Amino acid sequence: MTNSANSKGTNGLSRRAVLAGGAALTASLFAPKGLRAADFPTAAVNTTGLAVTDDTVTIGILHSVTGTMAISETGSVQAEKLAIEQINAQGGILGRKIEYVQEDGASDWPTFAEKAKKLLVQDKVASVMGCWTSASRKAVLPVFEQYNGMLYYPTFYEGLEQSPNVIYTGQEATQQIIAGLDWVNKVKGAKSFYLLGSDYIWPRTSNKIARKHIENYMEGCKVVGEEYYPLGHTQFNSVINKIRLKKPDVIYAIVVGGSNVAFYKQLKAAGIDMTKEDPILLTISVTEDEIRGIGGENIDGAYACMKYFQSLDNDNNAEFVAAFKSMWGEDMVIGDVTQAAYLGPWLWKAAVEKAGSFDIDKVREASPGIELPTAPEGYVKVHENHHLWSKTRVGLAKPDGQYEVVYETAELVEPDPFPEGYQ
Amino acid sequence: MFSEYTASELGAIFAMQGFAGLILFSVFVLMALGLAIIFGQMGVINMAHGEFMILGAYVTYLVSNLFGDLMPALFSGYFFVAMILAFLAAGALGMFVEWALIRHLYKRPLDTLLATWGLSLILQQLYRSIFGAREVGVTIPDWMMGSLPLTDLIEVPINGIFVMVLAVGISAGVYVMMYRSRWGQQVRAINNNRQMADAVGINTALTDRMTFGIGCGVAGVAGSAFTMIGSTGPTAGQQYIVDTFLVVVFGGAGSLLGTIASAFSISQAQSIMEFFLSGSMAKVLTLLTVVGILMLRPQGLFALKLRK
Amino acid sequence: MKSHSHAFLSPRDMIGFALLAAMIFVVFPLLLEPFRLNLFGKYLTYAFVAVGLVLCWGVGGILSLGQGVFFGLGGYCMAMFLKLEASSPENTAIQSTPGIPDFMDWNQLSALPWWWEPFNSFAFTLIAVIAVPVVFSYIIGVAMFRRRVGGVYFAIITQAIAAILTILIIGQQGFTGGVNGITDLRTLHGWDIRTDAAKTTLYFVNGVLLFAVLLAAQFVRRSKLGRLLIAMRDQEDRVRFSGYDVANFKIFVFCLGAAFAAIGGAMFTLQVGFMSPSFVGIVPSIEMVIFAAVGGRLSILGAVWGTLLVNWAKTSFSESFPELWLLGLGALFIAVVMAFPNGLAGVWAEKIEPRLLKLTRRGDKPLPNATPAE
Repeated sequence: MTNSANSKGTNGLSRRAVLAGGAALTASLFAPKGLRAADFPTAAVNTTGLAVTDDTVTIGILHSVTGTMAISETGSVQAEKLAIEQINAQGGILGRKIEYVQEDGASDWPTFAEKAKKLLVQDKVASVMGCWTSASRKAVLPVFEQYNGMLYYPTFYEGLEQSPNVIYTGQEATQQIIAGLDWVNKVKGAKSFYLLGSDYIWPRTSNKIARKHIENYMEGCKVVGEEYYPLGHTQFNSVINKIRLKKPDVIYAIVVGGSNVAFYKQLKAAGIDMTKEDPILLTISVTEDEIRGIGGENIDGAYACMKYFQSLDNDNNAEFVAAFKSMWGEDMVIGDVTQAAYLGPWLWKAAVEKAGSFDIDKVREASPGIELPTAPEGYVKVHENHHLWSKTRVGLAKPDGQYEVVYETAELVEPDPFPEGYQ
Repeated sequence: MFSEYTASELGAIFAMQGFAGLILFSVFVLMALGLAIIFGQMGVINMAHGEFMILGAYVTYLVSNLFGDLMPALFSGYFFVAMILAFLAAGALGMFVEWALIRHLYKRPLDTLLATWGLSLILQQLYRSIFGAREVGVTIPDWMMGSLPLTDLIEVPINGIFVMVLAVGISAGVYVMMYRSRWGQQVRAINNNRQMADAVGINTALTDRMTFGIGCGVAGVAGSAFTMIGSTGPTAGQQYIVDTFLVVVFGGAGSLLGTIASAFSISQAQSIMEFFLSGSMAKVLTLLTVVGILMLRPQGLFALKLRK
Repeated sequence: MKSHSHAFLSPRDMIGFALLAAMIFVVFPLLLEPFRLNLFGKYLTYAFVAVGLVLCWGVGGILSLGQGVFFGLGGYCMAMFLKLEASSPENTAIQSTPGIPDFMDWNQLSALPWWWEPFNSFAFTLIAVIAVPVVFSYIIGVAMFRRRVGGVYFAIITQAIAAILTILIIGQQGFTGGVNGITDLRTLHGWDIRTDAAKTTLYFVNGVLLFAVLLAAQFVRRSKLGRLLIAMRDQEDRVRFSGYDVANFKIFVFCLGAAFAAIGGAMFTLQVGFMSPSFVGIVPSIEMVIFAAVGGRLSILGAVWGTLLVNWAKTSFSESFPELWLLGLGALFIAVVMAFPNGLAGVWAEKIEPRLLKLTRRGDKPLPNATPAE
């Protein structure tokens, strides 16, 4: 963390970076220009006593900056701060500058619940960008529903949830999984799959969906093994042996955190050269962020299936990557979740402006149908079910730690958090 | 479950699984040796053991960057330099910690546990402030990441062999120091009777400091070696602590041979169970078995003395 | 000497209890807004564990690094009841199998496991909250203390048990909710536990229970058992040679500590609204030891103060300087061990109380040396 956490407001950042970013993201694309606070009297846009003044509006950032999850959540915090700075550089929301209160969830779920409650009850924030793990989201969910807050949740996750108080800016499981499986089946001719994951709800649910899809919707395909290891496990030689024995066409890996590093290093050391694609390694859990820890040379040749890669070739993304690097350093990498976190403040801004109000109920009402043509991933749209329509892409891992996009769905994939036939 | 495979496939798999067990065994030995010295010989519970290992891993990371930038030609050999530096860095920190904390607490073993836990929190935060919250990627020389194909099916990972050789080497080194050197004699004398050892002219303060330093240094080397197979991050050290203590206690504190025997049995049990069960359940069953046996036989496999 | 009097509550104890009662029942509720009061209620649930640790560790010399196990078991029992109540068929109509907890449905369970069934009964749940952890601790206690395992070995084995239980709960997510734990608990017999009013009520219930536990702990300390425990801690063999069955006393106090922790866990679930494996593992278990250590490992009241102080510091520190919090906590561990082995209670008894008394009794003869008792 280069920025002092919990700083209320906008200090501690390089103004130049902010301006560069703000200018880069051309405001005219979708923000109604020249909104002035005077046109939106506070009494009218804030009828429920949120932290909105005549020239500021306060939101919350709730991630872990300490504990085991700090590794993953740092990028999300950075992206959210970048988006806030850029919005402010464009004149803010309804003429009001965004200020933020940052709280540390400390990788501890009750702390998340406690801090969420503090943000909503004490700080009266107008929205919260935050959470990363499913467990932290589950912990804060009752708080957001009870005190009627609005949470923008950035991580790709297992689905099976649809709260009126959450906008899910990452992909739910079917969006992320099905397109990748179909691709590896049609393009690579893969027929047999070995499912592997860390032992918690997201990998288990994702593998459940993958298994249903493979067995019920992909002709002649089968699952030859399914296996889970505790979070933080570092010895994968046994499962690598089992994989050799079963000779699957695809290793479908949803290993997370530090286990990732161990898994890919041991896979490589065991002589499984992923560039030979025998077997093919397909993952939905390794973003560019994780590759930094794994080492690009150790995951060279693997495929990842998600909605965003840093290497995406479009103007929005070029500007986003440049702004992110100029704000946080040239050696930064940006993964799928970081980009999804960046969407949060922008989606909220669009919803507030569409509603003409900061009131949670009105923002919620305005949210479905919000489009974001400036999104680095290209274009997203909020679905009635509070998830995003987005394209799904397959990337090929390169030794330099970046993905080369080898496939993207032609259309936006509809989010389906409660998929029929996959339960 | 084996009907679908040919005999040669099965043979190959069992050979490889046996080898996986041996790698796990070596990992356990490396993790536990440093602790066996500190806990077994000094009775100090070093809860920061994992953080000393991670210090070794970070030293390796720094050295790999240094070689990558300044001496790319020598990169393939940097690992040996890194291991020596890891030993020195972790050992030096260990001696400092012994001087600052541990020596005041020899009569209160449970308190060393709390103090070193506090130390582990401080070290974690320092790592996070210095190296960032994210894991760092340690680039391993190519020759160490390859594998030796023995047959079509059997491939032996070179880093596995490396870890095994290292485990054997360090065990031998510790054994020689413990049982064939003057220092080892003194350590064992102090372990048996501190006052008497003091009275016969052994410099107990210096010996303690050396012992603690060497124990931490061995942990540093282990951490350095683990960059080949595991991750390097501020909190990665915590993953090792339960396994490590169980290996040492299961072996019977104070017995190096016990530590090795215990590492062997736990690793083989886990490796075999992992093959038949899911990874999570294999881990639970292994730990349960160990705890169960410890309840029946609290002195561990090779006990010198334990009853308190 | 006064401190050796066998009265249940000495005048000093009375003052201490009264002071704590005033803080918990009057000062906090008056000063704190509902949100903060609920936070303090959460802290106080940890105090149950800390009081148990004072008995086990400070008095009895048994350091358990697995108290989170009992806290968690108590909490899970309560959470199972609340979850069943929250999973009425109407609430869970969206699921493939309505009427079972949501996480079971996600894991393709189509019927409630048999061992969940009894938790439909509140009476059974209340018994289970205490009974499950006590039986578990009894088994551990018998296995360990009968074989005279103690000290650091006991600490390490309890730590391993905490690790095993965590992996088990996480791995069996269809039955336990996995890493996420059992979340979204709503009502207790139709009474919504999420409202501010309910939380305030629960805070007071929690406070009353805490005092019941404190009085029970005080009773144990003042009883013959308490004196035997201290004797065992200092000279176990002598007690044994005097004809006492040392193991039984240890088992009893360990089970008592487990029961205290379990009550705390159940109250935690009620006040926080969920239970997760992150309270069962090693880290929370060790943190609970530090609460007791900061308060003073020999003082049951000190344990409560220590718990409040550390948690309050944690919350306010991590609000302002999240990066510094771990450094502060680590330094606190070391400082307590190195400089203040008797914690807050020790500082109070050695430094503050004599001065206070000197002020009030100016001219009197010097005080008898205050032992760090309460």
